[in-house]
Amino acid sequence: MSKSIVLYLHVHQPYRIRHYTIFDAGNNHNYFDTHYDDRTNNERIIHKVAEKSYIPTNRVLKKLLDTHPEFKLSLSITGTLLEQLERWSPATLASFQDLVSTGRVEIVGETYHHSLAFFYSQQEFEAQVRMHREKIEDLFLQTPTAFRNTELAYNNDLAVWADRAGYKTILAEGWDPILGWRSPNYVYTPAHTEQIRLLMKNYKLSDDIAFRFGDKNWSEWPLTADTFAHWLGASPDATNFNLFMDYETFGEHQWGETGIFDFLEHLPGKWLQGNDHTFMTVTEAAQSNQPVGEINVEHTTTWADTERDLSAWLGNPMQQQAIHGLYELQSKVIGTSDLRLIEDWRKLQTSDHFYYMCTKWFNDGDIHAYFSPYASPYDAFMNFMNAYHDIRYRLATHGVIL
Amino acid sequence: MKVLMLGWELPPHNSGGLGVACYQLCKELAKNNEIDIDFILPYVAGHTADFMNISAAHPEDVVEVIPPTNAYDSYSYRKTDGTIETISIYDQQSLYESNVGRIAKKSNFDVIHAHDWLTFRAGIRAKQVSGKPLILHVHSVERDRAGGNDGNPIVREIEGLSMLLADKVIAVSNHTKKAIINDYNIPADKIDVVHNSMDIQSVEPLSGDTAYTYIDEMKKQGYRVVVNIGRITIQKGLTNLLYAAKAVIDNNPKTIFLLVGSGDQERELIELAAQLGISRNVIFTGFQRGKRWRDAYAIGDIFVMPSVSEPFGLTPLEAAGYGTPSLISKQSGVSEVLQNCLKVDYWDVDEMANQITAVVQNDALRDELHANVYQEYQRLSWSEAANKLMGTYANHVGKVAI
Repeated sequence: MSKSIVLYLHVHQPYRIRHYTIFDAGNNHNYFDTHYDDRTNNERIIHKVAEKSYIPTNRVLKKLLDTHPEFKLSLSITGTLLEQLERWSPATLASFQDLVSTGRVEIVGETYHHSLAFFYSQQEFEAQVRMHREKIEDLFLQTPTAFRNTELAYNNDLAVWADRAGYKTILAEGWDPILGWRSPNYVYTPAHTEQIRLLMKNYKLSDDIAFRFGDKNWSEWPLTADTFAHWLGASPDATNFNLFMDYETFGEHQWGETGIFDFLEHLPGKWLQGNDHTFMTVTEAAQSNQPVGEINVEHTTTWADTERDLSAWLGNPMQQQAIHGLYELQSKVIGTSDLRLIEDWRKLQTSDHFYYMCTKWFNDGDIHAYFSPYASPYDAFMNFMNAYHDIRYRLATHGVIL
Repeated sequence: MKVLMLGWELPPHNSGGLGVACYQLCKELAKNNEIDIDFILPYVAGHTADFMNISAAHPEDVVEVIPPTNAYDSYSYRKTDGTIETISIYDQQSLYESNVGRIAKKSNFDVIHAHDWLTFRAGIRAKQVSGKPLILHVHSVERDRAGGNDGNPIVREIEGLSMLLADKVIAVSNHTKKAIINDYNIPADKIDVVHNSMDIQSVEPLSGDTAYTYIDEMKKQGYRVVVNIGRITIQKGLTNLLYAAKAVIDNNPKTIFLLVGSGDQERELIELAAQLGISRNVIFTGFQRGKRWRDAYAIGDIFVMPSVSEPFGLTPLEAAGYGTPSLISKQSGVSEVLQNCLKVDYWDVDEMANQITAVVQNDALRDELHANVYQEYQRLSWSEAANKLMGTYANHVGKVAI
């Protein structure tokens, strides 16, 4: 039986909210644009990440696709990022299209706005999934057959939804309390579903690359492609190694200086030296291997923090106030048919806004601070709430009773 | 009669009400032709006043005094060359003391009048070298600034000792006189009460559209607005205001609380509002001045000053001038002089909520309160305070100092 690496990379950037005050609310509706040098300037961040991560990584991936006919991977790219690339870095978008045009890159479906809408509004969630599918069809001529929810947030209900929506594959965190004695390196069936299959992230192997790779205090540092391929090859109980991570691992979370690009470039060659070693996309892996069991997830899991729950986004009262306030306006916002208002409201749903408000400073706090363009979670909260007030102002000018 | 007036700040370089009170009081005193005032500041900031001489005991070129948000923080001084110098409050004070001593030696005056603890040691030095009577003017005591706690022992020692050594103590309210007696065992007959007032001629009028566009729009939908303006510190009693806000909003969802100011309790209160589930109705603007500061008073249906201890408290008078009636804590000096306002014990959250609710539900009550407080407002002047002080001076000048 063959063993495959299932490499899946998530590519995303939010529209960060600028320093937006109560004095802006009602006077301008420009939440996401500020001068180029500001920490929250989205264009500047796109340029920076394109230069440090997207362009060099896609160059390596293209080379791997050209060199190794067996090499395959899966990507999920959010609508909010695709829009920004179209606007500010078309060359980067073209480089993603080049990868997909090889026919060996699968695009995974998700919400267009990288939102947590599944937990607040089925109708809004489905609208955003549809928007994303159409954007992918438009830009990549591909219709997603696999689904991942924002932050890999997963539970039985989500699997049932994806199954009914016709997806063949769904992705989740391979969290120990869920798997118990079982291994993430097999295909599973989600509870209560008919057709769909489940791939679970091998977080230990994934995090060796995504988090520990550049850590000089790690006992395995420096990790080479040779060593990593050897670990996988020596693992007896496996059909598929699900290496799921943020795409920005390459060049952004792990800087080029750590050797991460060399690692990526050499891993496929080293891996493919083994007998029956190959690569598969997520749907291919899910369909080629028989499920070995059923997975039951009653409480939502995610791929973040030591808790693997939604607490990084919804754990404190500020986050809950912000997100409840936003979804409370749904029917009123949709009811205006004001497309710019609806779109701004959707951009505010991006999960990153709530992540920036996280106050779990200890253990996980350092990673939160690294990703935030704000001086504090309180600043993030106030900017968001002022934008929220402006959404309400715009509703009022539409004659909506608040 | 020549007065050596010792003060810590004057507008526009003031961090709070102390500078404004000193300025307006001196202006009123100087209307009497017999009074000559030498006002000594700790910094040079190009102050001009045609009614008194202003000089500096600390020869630094200062263009801006950057206020501390907390009673013991260092003041920072932005100098003409653009650099910022930070001097600890104690060093600043002893520098001021020795410079005032030098000035007192070579100049002639009849009485020394020192405002608040930062100038008290300098006042004693001036009395030592000149043998002239010393009048200490207490605008607040340490317990006020510490929100009812003992506060800083060094500051307490300076306050207690200075008041013992002074010839007369002036308190800005009976509330403050009681605090001085309780905290420092100063004999009651050594303390005169001279209430603060305000110079309504110097009040900047409102102009143009409100800076609070969003709130204005909500008011058109029937929302009512509760305003507080001031430092966000424990002394100001805002924790209780938020608990009251919760009860008000539960019954009157169309109520907005506007909190204007900054301070060391700001983040705590942002989180508290979220915990109470009222973030959507509570707006924190941060520190504001100028039009945004004036407009905040004007947009309110009621101004609330819930201070734990407020030696005087000018804000309800300012609110009256800008068209808004007030609810004030009984633990304030202003409650001794202002009749047409609502009064509550700062700790009585239920009653605070009850009274705010009454106003937000009843425009007639609001309008009646304002019509009447505005009558009081128009009668405000410093002349009574100045007359009392003239009497105090007369009682001490030419007599042997204690």
